[in-house]
Amino acid sequence: MTNIKPNSSSHKSDPNRRQVLAGSAAVAAIGAFGLPVGAQTTAAPAASGAFASLGVPHVRRDGAEKARGGAKFAAEYSYPGMVYGALVYSTIARGTITSLETAEAEAAPGVVLVMTHENAPRLERPEPFYSSPTGMAGSSTPVMQDAEVLWNGQPVAVVLASTQEEADHAATLINVAYEEADAVTSFDVAAESAQTSFYAGRDLLIEEGDAEAALADAEVSVDLSFNTPAHNHNQIEPHAVTVLWKDGILRMHDCSQGVDLSAITIAKVFGISSAEVHLSAEYVGGGFGGKTVWQYHILAAAASQLADRPVRMSLTREGVFRICGARAPTRQRVALGSDRKGRLTSLIHTGTTMKIENNSMTEPFFEQSEHMYRADNMHLEIRAGTMDMLANTFMRAPGAATGTFTLEVALDELAERLAIDPIELRVRNEPDVNPTTGREHSQRASVDAYREGARRFGWVPRSGQRQGYREGEWQVGTGMAAAYYPYKRFPGGAARITLDREGGALIETAAADMGMGTTTATAAVASERLGIPYDAIEVRHGDNTLPGALIAAASQQTAAIGASLTAAHEVLLAELASLVPATSPLHGLPAAELGTAEGALYSLADPHQRIPLIDLVAWSESGTVSAEGQGGPISEWTQDWSMHSTGAVFTEVRVNSVTGEIRVPHITAIYDCGKILNSKLAESQFRGGIIMALGMTLMEGASFDERNGRVMNPSFGSYYMPTHLDVPHIDVGWTDIPDPQAPTGARGIGEIGMSGPAAAISNAIYDATGKRARDLPIRLDALM
Amino acid sequence: MNPLTYEKATSSTDALERHDGDAAKFLGAGTNLVDLMREGIATPTRLIDVTGLAQSIEEQSDGGLRIGAGVSNTAVAEDATVRAQYPALSRAILAGASAQIRNMATVGGNILQRTRCSYFYDVAGSRCNKRSPGEGCDAIGGFNRAHGILGVSDSCIATHPSDMAVALSLYDAVINVESDEGTRSIPINDFYVLPEDTPDIENQLNPGELIVSVDLPAPSANRRATYRKVRDRASYAFALVSVAGSLIIKDGLVVDAGISLGGVAPKPWRAIEAEAAIVGSPPTEETFRNAAQIALADATTQPGNVFKTELAQRVIVAVLQDLAGDAQ
Repeated sequence: MTNIKPNSSSHKSDPNRRQVLAGSAAVAAIGAFGLPVGAQTTAAPAASGAFASLGVPHVRRDGAEKARGGAKFAAEYSYPGMVYGALVYSTIARGTITSLETAEAEAAPGVVLVMTHENAPRLERPEPFYSSPTGMAGSSTPVMQDAEVLWNGQPVAVVLASTQEEADHAATLINVAYEEADAVTSFDVAAESAQTSFYAGRDLLIEEGDAEAALADAEVSVDLSFNTPAHNHNQIEPHAVTVLWKDGILRMHDCSQGVDLSAITIAKVFGISSAEVHLSAEYVGGGFGGKTVWQYHILAAAASQLADRPVRMSLTREGVFRICGARAPTRQRVALGSDRKGRLTSLIHTGTTMKIENNSMTEPFFEQSEHMYRADNMHLEIRAGTMDMLANTFMRAPGAATGTFTLEVALDELAERLAIDPIELRVRNEPDVNPTTGREHSQRASVDAYREGARRFGWVPRSGQRQGYREGEWQVGTGMAAAYYPYKRFPGGAARITLDREGGALIETAAADMGMGTTTATAAVASERLGIPYDAIEVRHGDNTLPGALIAAASQQTAAIGASLTAAHEVLLAELASLVPATSPLHGLPAAELGTAEGALYSLADPHQRIPLIDLVAWSESGTVSAEGQGGPISEWTQDWSMHSTGAVFTEVRVNSVTGEIRVPHITAIYDCGKILNSKLAESQFRGGIIMALGMTLMEGASFDERNGRVMNPSFGSYYMPTHLDVPHIDVGWTDIPDPQAPTGARGIGEIGMSGPAAAISNAIYDATGKRARDLPIRLDALM
Repeated sequence: MNPLTYEKATSSTDALERHDGDAAKFLGAGTNLVDLMREGIATPTRLIDVTGLAQSIEEQSDGGLRIGAGVSNTAVAEDATVRAQYPALSRAILAGASAQIRNMATVGGNILQRTRCSYFYDVAGSRCNKRSPGEGCDAIGGFNRAHGILGVSDSCIATHPSDMAVALSLYDAVINVESDEGTRSIPINDFYVLPEDTPDIENQLNPGELIVSVDLPAPSANRRATYRKVRDRASYAFALVSVAGSLIIKDGLVVDAGISLGGVAPKPWRAIEAEAAIVGSPPTEETFRNAAQIALADATTQPGNVFKTELAQRVIVAVLQDLAGDAQ
């Protein structure tokens, strides 16, 4: 959009000049990393030896405890007198409960309480995401407050009993009768009244020029339709909470990916202050966007209050499917027009998704189309229909997971019509500035990622001809696609640094670690900032009594922690400055002229002038030096820069000519995500995302029965995800170019792996078979 | 799960004595029964564990093999005689479940496992004639990708999920059962009962009868056999279609053919007419295609499983061609 002027800025480095692609598992293992450039405010002595932390492939700090079984998850805490909860779920999509027969359950062995809307405590409606800065709930649907049923699977009764088995059995003895109302459970019906929707504070509509006219006039064009189903997160740890009301405090051991916001949201439901909720989640067995506030927390706490007993509520896998939200289904249209050289003249990405009445979450599947390619004219629009179903919610790479699938398949089809190599087509439409905002890129090396991926994969350039070949029954093909995920940093980040007498430091922040290695990465960032050895850094996290209101979401938590640590470090320098004795050359220097490195406070102007931190701590009155800071304004991505991660995914696919069975024997992916802080964690994040995407592409999908709105595959036996045998060797690498605008030089890595493989696989299927697969999941019957 | 008692039988006689009516159930490894109990589909109040019984695989004087009902699936698949003489059985077992489940699951339990129809499993929210006779079938008109196209009825379209049983069907295995009344032997191809309008009745086993062993007839010389399974992922998924096939070719003509299908019917589906159409013909693609069409001629599909008719035919042809090899 050349009519929009890029934001001006006083100075910019040009990280793209760095052509060497340093990052890869092999290179990273050597640990040959320097400090990120540009992002640092202090010119510390070079990190080396024990002080080298960023870029070092430290093993996960939680790994050993988990392997030993020593890590305690939400459902593993217990208190004297604790009872176990079981839920009864509705079996209609909409209507009214006309009767609840609970007598048999109440009389069953071990039963302590049966709670229904008739005896549940009065509760406020939970605040969903975007309804307030702290809303953490999937929906604002009242929690067991009346006889109304709003989805098939809604909890209608809670049973508490002395054992889980007794609770489960008693739950089966409850009879519920309903008066059914007309429910909207059909995508087609709901789509008829779908409206242009909004997400994260903006309308999901972008129009630049006349994209339809440009499409009609285009020398070459494609106009395609796609379908994607609902997806469920399926964390290895089903949602669970252990609850105790004691001494005016609601104590919750939860599995949240945002402890502070969960606590605030739950406090409001109970009409108490957030200081009266102590919610922790030290270990979380996977989140993917689904470990937020759902009814189970609230029901457990309410039933605990009513029974005056500690409660453990551990959902069954079916329970997770019934009450913890899913990625919404979509129907998308991508139409591309170009001139004969492949310059896009029109980019249309529109479609319909579904949401519930009681939330403000619309699956934002056009986001990559805003930022990935330049086009003379654009029309991006998402319409949302309303269905009577379980709340739709965030799931790994919201929007981009399915949006890159559709956009990148369309580009492949356009490349074929143009007889241009798919990489070349992308290169020709690589934007100089952000295509829709006009802002300059903080750092972007997409083309390097394409080229390096092509080299490592052994990509054979093509010009409109399939390269696929036959090997016995197997049709073999290759395909590629770009990957995309935005940089974000949410407000609310904070951290406390406490130096001890032994030269170590304690980092405290209310961040979440769902298994991705937050504590490990945080310790490395802190080590680098403080100049304290990695092993001398202790990290406490996952507790709402700690500083900050962080959430592990949108791949932004590490950035939020980095900014918080930078801020806390500045406060710490001031604290340390106040402890410098009058005899020291450092005396009187303001904090801005001081730094910490190699276990010492030093003068930025004269790094040889230094005082060991342990001495400063010893001279303090309390024997510790502590400082807390809050991550500053988030304008780097909201106002100033275009900050987005990209990547390139290459796949080989084999399709059986007899059966249509699809196998993916090889995936190569190169990412441009800024600085990689820990290659071991990064590889795992990328691979995990790719495997999840493999599932989305080939097998995943909620079987939502449109006759009654019931999900019919609520188990691992029927909701298929990849097995080990489905997962090939996955070669991942990265450009490792620090983003000068990101707090640690890193843009976030948790979700981008989810974007790209679906299109790369679909494109490879075409290369192998000549058949285009535009509906997910792509299963064998589509290719027979 | 219902409250229940658990006891371990010391012998088949002991097990039968302990079985005192409908509320009792024999328990193998429980890889299916315990799931059914958790879901509230099976509600026994007395479990009689028979896993320690009938643990041997013994060659018989007639050249056949007797496999104890309590032998693990893994032990059968790894047995040297089974691998050499009944390769389709070994392959079928290894194509099923996971290594952990195969290590636990018993032969008797595998034969008696119940359909994985998701409507059958959804006690709270779906109608199922198999679970609650006369209630209706929500799989018809619902999600039925996994469901049957042969031998199904208006009241039930569920499939039998076993891989092992498909190979047993190919080999004309015989199931030996014991009860208070004595023993009897039932060919596996007569053992299962089609649903018609009583899909709750799945086999000929009477209440209180215990499967004690399975007999495999003596292997035929020069018989080639294999098992091919097609599913929605590479492992740990039930068959959409599977084929156990066998051929004996002599002097350029097929003298014996076996085709048993899995994933398409309420029982392992022996395609007798298709087999007959092959015998006496040269082992050509045309012969096999013709047979495959015969095998699926009576298929009745649902919107979700229309593809199975074509898929089953293709896999039959591919399996038979593979078996024919150079003789084609």
